[in-house]
Amino acid sequence: MTAERPIRVLIAKPGLDGHDRGAKVVARALRDAGMEVIYTGIRQTPQMIAEAALQEDVQVVGLSILSGAHIELFPRVLEELRSRGVDDVLLFAGGIIPEVDVPQVKEMGFSAVFGPGTDTNDIIEFVKQHAPQRA
Amino acid sequence: MSKSKHEWGESTFAKATARSKERRERFESSSGAEVEALYAPEDLAEWNYHEKLGYPGEYPFTRGVQPTMYRGRLWTMRQYAGFGDAEESNRRYKFLLEQGQTGLSVAFDLPTQIGYDSDAPEAEGEVGKVGVAISSLEDMETLTAGIPLDQITTSMTINATAPILLALYVAAARRQGADLSKLGGTIQNDILKEYIARGTYIFPPRPSLRLITDSFAWCREVVPEWNTISISGYHMREAGCTAAQEIAFTFANAIAYVDAAIKQGLAFDEFGGRLAFFWACHSNFLEEVAKFRASRRIWAKIAKERYASKDARAQTLRFHTQTGGATLTAQQPLNNLVRTTLQAMSAVLGGTQSLHTNSFDEALSLPSEGAVELALRTQQVIAYETGVADTIDPLAGSYFIEAATDRIEAEVWAYIERIDELGGALEGIEQGFQQREIQESAYRLQRQLETKDRVVVGVNQFVTEGDRPPDILRIDPEVGRKRAASLAALRARRDNDAVRACLDRIREAASTDENMMPLLIDAVEAYATVGEICGVLREEWGEYHEVLTI
Repeated sequence: MTAERPIRVLIAKPGLDGHDRGAKVVARALRDAGMEVIYTGIRQTPQMIAEAALQEDVQVVGLSILSGAHIELFPRVLEELRSRGVDDVLLFAGGIIPEVDVPQVKEMGFSAVFGPGTDTNDIIEFVKQHAPQRA
Repeated sequence: MSKSKHEWGESTFAKATARSKERRERFESSSGAEVEALYAPEDLAEWNYHEKLGYPGEYPFTRGVQPTMYRGRLWTMRQYAGFGDAEESNRRYKFLLEQGQTGLSVAFDLPTQIGYDSDAPEAEGEVGKVGVAISSLEDMETLTAGIPLDQITTSMTINATAPILLALYVAAARRQGADLSKLGGTIQNDILKEYIARGTYIFPPRPSLRLITDSFAWCREVVPEWNTISISGYHMREAGCTAAQEIAFTFANAIAYVDAAIKQGLAFDEFGGRLAFFWACHSNFLEEVAKFRASRRIWAKIAKERYASKDARAQTLRFHTQTGGATLTAQQPLNNLVRTTLQAMSAVLGGTQSLHTNSFDEALSLPSEGAVELALRTQQVIAYETGVADTIDPLAGSYFIEAATDRIEAEVWAYIERIDELGGALEGIEQGFQQREIQESAYRLQRQLETKDRVVVGVNQFVTEGDRPPDILRIDPEVGRKRAASLAALRARRDNDAVRACLDRIREAASTDENMMPLLIDAVEAYATVGEICGVLREEWGEYHEVLTI
């Protein structure tokens, strides 16, 4: 057996909404699947999220938002990540993101959008398959 | 020959289950308690009608808080609404009132709830999204224009900034010439559950509790008909907790508020009658009916036994109910109409005082006008066509309902004792107790869905491909810019010396125990904004930081 380094994931909540049920369930499921998960808590600014991603040296960033501010806030998080040189992370989003917005969110650089009713096993599988390798 | 339930279980029932198994190994309630195949007189052997139920309008109020219940007056049909700017929301309120809605319920956007004006950098992307943006008295007057505030009651879902929004509402009512002694409505004003689940806190607990007790004392003098707090289980339930946890954590919070008010010199019977409660109604139909009934009995006991209440009104648990947002599915969204109908029915059978029915498209976005109208029609059909409102507490005496009511009561007392042992609700929150309990329940539920131990139609069974999503409400992306322009104009137009003087007075009072409410009224009447007032208080009191429990 090779001692593989566990995948490191940041689960973050940008914006002002306090709906953290989904984010916490996903964080817990990824952790139970053997990953190292950092959960930021609610009401994080784009700067705080990018800083946490940098400091924690994560391979994966999942953003959860339910207030409808994703179109405004996601690009700002991405900007902050890039300005810190964090450009090789796998991005995914969750929360209430209307179907019609999904193409736009994917175009921003998110590899997947997981809406309500998603099975956490699908998220685990997705992360395992797509997380960039780290030395 | 009369047979006991036990004998039936060993004979007729055992034979049948030997031939073919039941659908599941074990049937259970939301909290995991076993639900038996049958309830019979044996289950209520020790049960005493007068002790457990009594009569409507009498202690312990299990059967209802009013002597006539819905035969006198139906519950208030109150749809939670608000989006965009004040003008747009005012139009939606007038539409709802024209459709026969009997009370208003205002949803504020997140910046307003967290004390930021629409033009603050923190508000970016959030203005008008989940509710209406209100920063000044000008906005509140626009919101309530043409709606006679002395003739309807208004519920405002507002917590950290509740005293300021109440000040704005009272100031707007005063300008309409309304008689304040008749002004009716509710502010949520329940900060403890914000720390536990909902997340729109600003200040640390101590100054937050002081604002709440200030509003209790001030309302008693100025707006005596106003419900000063709506202690809410709804959001904790939405965050994943069980029916019994919903009631228990809410009552633990209620006890903390009552204790704080008593410490400020108020007597329980002076303000107990102005406490309102807010429950969720999820899909386990009979358990929810039992929950509502149990909650009335428990609160009456808390009032009488813990606080030596002598005033019947202060012992009555009056509550609003909202159907369960978290039970709605994005998949096959029309199914949500059915879910909401059943949930609304159990809230009515449980004796709610007012009701919000969710719209079927709310798992996708804020509700569209057509969906809101259907949701209101659902209540009207229950009220006028089904006959369930024609007799009081019609499920009373059912072996199962009474056993479930007792079971929930016992689970709630156990949690209240546990939280008492931790030192009370606030200490529990600081240790992350309630948060962890809720997370555990939410995770357990998620696992049950994934193993199909629990079925949600259209999500993990009876799935169809290619649902066409319904048309959803989009918030005008220009609303933020428009709001910023109107705030800039207001700041140029108003008497800024007067605003500064008011804000200075608030700053001084922050470190004393002067009642903050009259100062807030002065400030909003001088057109100081929500963000400016909160800015001063943030500087004086600091901000709360979440206890991370994962």
